[in-house]
Amino acid sequence: MRAEVTRLAIEARGLVKSFGGRRAVDGIDIAVPEGAIYGVLGPNGAGKTTTLRMLLGIIDPDEGHRTLLGEAQPLRAAPRVGYLPEERGLYPSMPCQEAIAFMGALRGLPLKEGRRRATTLLGEAGLGEWAGKPIRSLSKGMAQTVQLLGTIVHQPRLIVLDEPFSGLDALNQGRLEGLIRAQAEGGATVLFSTHVIAHAERLCERIAIIAGGRVRFEGSVADARGRLRPQVRLGTRSEDGPWRAALPADAHREGGLWLFELPETGIEPLLHALIEGHAGIETLAIERPGLHDAFVAIAGQAAADTMREDEEVRP
Amino acid sequence: MTGRMDSLRAAMVIARRDYVASVWSRTFLFFLIGPLLPLLAGGLFGAVGANVDKETGPPTIAVILPADEANGLVRARVLIAERLGEGALPQLRLVKPAGEGEVQARALLADNVRRSSAVLSGTLEKPVLTGPRGVLRDLRGEVGLLLDRTRSLSLARLFPDGDAAAAFEEPVTLTERPVDAAAGSDARARSLVARIGQVVLMFLTLLLTGMMLSNMVEEKSNKVIEVLTAAVPVDGIFFGKLVAMLGLSLTGIAVWGGAAALALIAFAGPAVIPPPAVGWPIYLALGLIYFAATYLLIGAVFLGIGAQANSVREVQTMSMPLTMAQLGLVAFASAAVNDPDGPLALAAAILPWSSPYAMLARAAGQPTLWPHLLAILWQAAWVALTIRLTARWFRVSVLKSGPPSLFARLFRRRRSAPISG
Repeated sequence: MRAEVTRLAIEARGLVKSFGGRRAVDGIDIAVPEGAIYGVLGPNGAGKTTTLRMLLGIIDPDEGHRTLLGEAQPLRAAPRVGYLPEERGLYPSMPCQEAIAFMGALRGLPLKEGRRRATTLLGEAGLGEWAGKPIRSLSKGMAQTVQLLGTIVHQPRLIVLDEPFSGLDALNQGRLEGLIRAQAEGGATVLFSTHVIAHAERLCERIAIIAGGRVRFEGSVADARGRLRPQVRLGTRSEDGPWRAALPADAHREGGLWLFELPETGIEPLLHALIEGHAGIETLAIERPGLHDAFVAIAGQAAADTMREDEEVRP
Repeated sequence: MTGRMDSLRAAMVIARRDYVASVWSRTFLFFLIGPLLPLLAGGLFGAVGANVDKETGPPTIAVILPADEANGLVRARVLIAERLGEGALPQLRLVKPAGEGEVQARALLADNVRRSSAVLSGTLEKPVLTGPRGVLRDLRGEVGLLLDRTRSLSLARLFPDGDAAAAFEEPVTLTERPVDAAAGSDARARSLVARIGQVVLMFLTLLLTGMMLSNMVEEKSNKVIEVLTAAVPVDGIFFGKLVAMLGLSLTGIAVWGGAAALALIAFAGPAVIPPPAVGWPIYLALGLIYFAATYLLIGAVFLGIGAQANSVREVQTMSMPLTMAQLGLVAFASAAVNDPDGPLALAAAILPWSSPYAMLARAAGQPTLWPHLLAILWQAAWVALTIRLTARWFRVSVLKSGPPSLFARLFRRRRSAPISG
C-alpha cells in the first residue's frame, strides 16, 4: 500500500500581521496543494491582500512562517511565481508588448523571448493590434488583460491573483475563468482572492474563507457545502393538521412555504407523515446549499452582507 | 547565490527600463539643457568666492630684482595706480634674491602658502617674467607698463633734461619664461579647478536625485511598485533605480563633456585651464568615480526619504532640507580646497557624504594617489550600507514590513494601514 503524498505549493502556519496596533491578519494557516485552483474568500478588510502579500514575501509577517514552492524566503521563488496585484500597476507610456516582456524579465525570462511570447499572448487575447501601442491608450479592461498576460508570460508554476475579476465585464470575467482553468490544466497552481463567491464556486477545488483576519474554513468547496444540511421547501394545501407534528423543530414559514433542514432520517418518513395526515403536498423541493449559504454559516451573516455590498460597489 | 544573481539580474532589468524610459522622454532634453543654468550659477558662486577668498584674490607678482630696482618698480606702481586705480595692476611682493633666479622663481610659484601668480626676476634691463602660460598672457601688458614707467623714472633722475632722457629711452624687452603648470605651480588655477569640480558634482547630483524622486513617486502612484516588490527585493529595486540614473547621468556627462571639450578647443585652446595636480586623465577618472559615489550616497538617501512621499508636492517639501544639507556638505568640503591636509579637510574626507567633494578638491591640488584608493573603498562601503538601510526603511515605513527602526519607534507617526483586503 502506497501513501499518497500531496506536495504543497504554499504552506503557511500562524501568520500574524498588525498595522498601527490593529491586527489585520491574526494567525492564518493555509495549505495550497500543487496544481490546485485555490480561492481565498472574504469581504473587504478581511485580510486577504495582506495574507497574499505575506505569502509572496512582499511584506514579512510579525509572527508565523510560510514556504512558497519549497522556499522559506518567498522572493527566492519569484522566477517561478506570477502575481497580479489588486491595484493594477503598469507604466502608462510603455507599449503593451514591452510591458508584458518587462514583467517576464523581472522574473527571469529573457526580454527577446518575452517579446515573442507577448506577441502570441496578445494575439490569443484579441489584442494583437495593440502590441505596439502604449498602455495609456487601452481601456481599463484591456490594460488589466495586458497585466494578466504579463503575470503568466514566464509560465510560472504558481499564479497568485488578487481580486482578478474586479473591474472586468461579464465577457472578460468568462475569459479570465477560462484562462485560469487553462493554466491549472497546464500544471500551474492558481491561488486567487475574491469577494465574488460565484467565481470561487465555479473554479475552485479548495477554498479558504477569511473574516476578521482569521481563516474560518479551509477545505474543499464540497466540504464547505457539506457543513450545511440540504434545505427543504414544502408547500401544502392544508394549513394545519396532525401532519404538522411531523415537521422538524426548525421549520418556519416564509412566502407561503415551509422551510427547514432535511432531517437526519431523510425525506421518506416525513413524506409518509404528510401523505397520511392529508397535508395536500403542492411543492416539495430539496435544495443543496450553495457556497454562499456555506459562507454565511461559516463567516456569519455580517461578513456575507459586507461581501454583497463589496460586490455591488465593485462589480 | 542563485537568489542573489536573480536579484541582481532583476535589478538590471529595472535599471534598463528606467534608463530607456528616461532617455526617450522629453524631460531628458531639459536634463541636458538644465546644467547650463547651474553652471552659470556656479560661475557666479566662483566669482563671489574669488572676492572673499584672499588666496584666490588679485594676481600677485613676486619681484626678485635688485633692491633699488625693486623699489623703483613699487614707486612706478604707486604712480600708475593713482591714475588707473588700484585694481588695474597686480600686487607686488618684494623677495630678496637668493641663488639662481629661475630656481628661486619656481620655488616661489610652488609655494602654496604665499601664493604667487608669476615671478619677475632678472634686472630692469633684462627682465624675466616666469609663470604659467595663461598668467603670462594676462599679465604681460601690466608688467610691461610697470617696467617702462620704472625705467622712465630712473632715467629722469639721471637726466633731468627731459629730451636727453627721451633719447636714451628704449622699449623694455620682457622675456617670458612659461612653466609647466602640471609641475604643481599654479595653485590659484588649481583651486579654481577644485571649486568648479565641486560645484559641477553638486548640481549634477541635485538634478539626478530630483529626477529619480519624481520617477519613484510616479511608480507609487501607478502601483507599479507592487509588481516590482513582488519580484525583486527592495534593495534590488533601489539599486536598479540608482544604476539607471547613474547611466543617465553618464550619458549627460558624455554629451556635456564632449560639448565643453569642443568649445574649449574652438574658442580658448587646450592650454587655457592648467592641469590639476594628478593630471587630467586621472582627475577626470577620479571625477567620474567621485561623481558616482556622491550620487549613489546622496541618491540612496533621497530615494529612501522620497519613497515616503505620495505626490510631487511632498517630494518637493522633503527635498528642500536635503538640498540645503547638500549645500552644507559642499561648503564643508570646500575646506579641502584651501587646506587639503587640515583637520576640516580630513573630517570632510571621512564623512561619507562630503568625502567625494573633499577628495575631488584634493585631486586638484595634491598629486598623491593612495588617499584616493582609500577614499573610494570607504565610499563604496557606505554606498552599500546606505542602500541597505534606506531599503529597510522603505520596507518598514511604506510596506509596513519588518521591525520598526529605533528612529521610527521614537518618532512614530500613526498612519492608516496601506493594505486592505
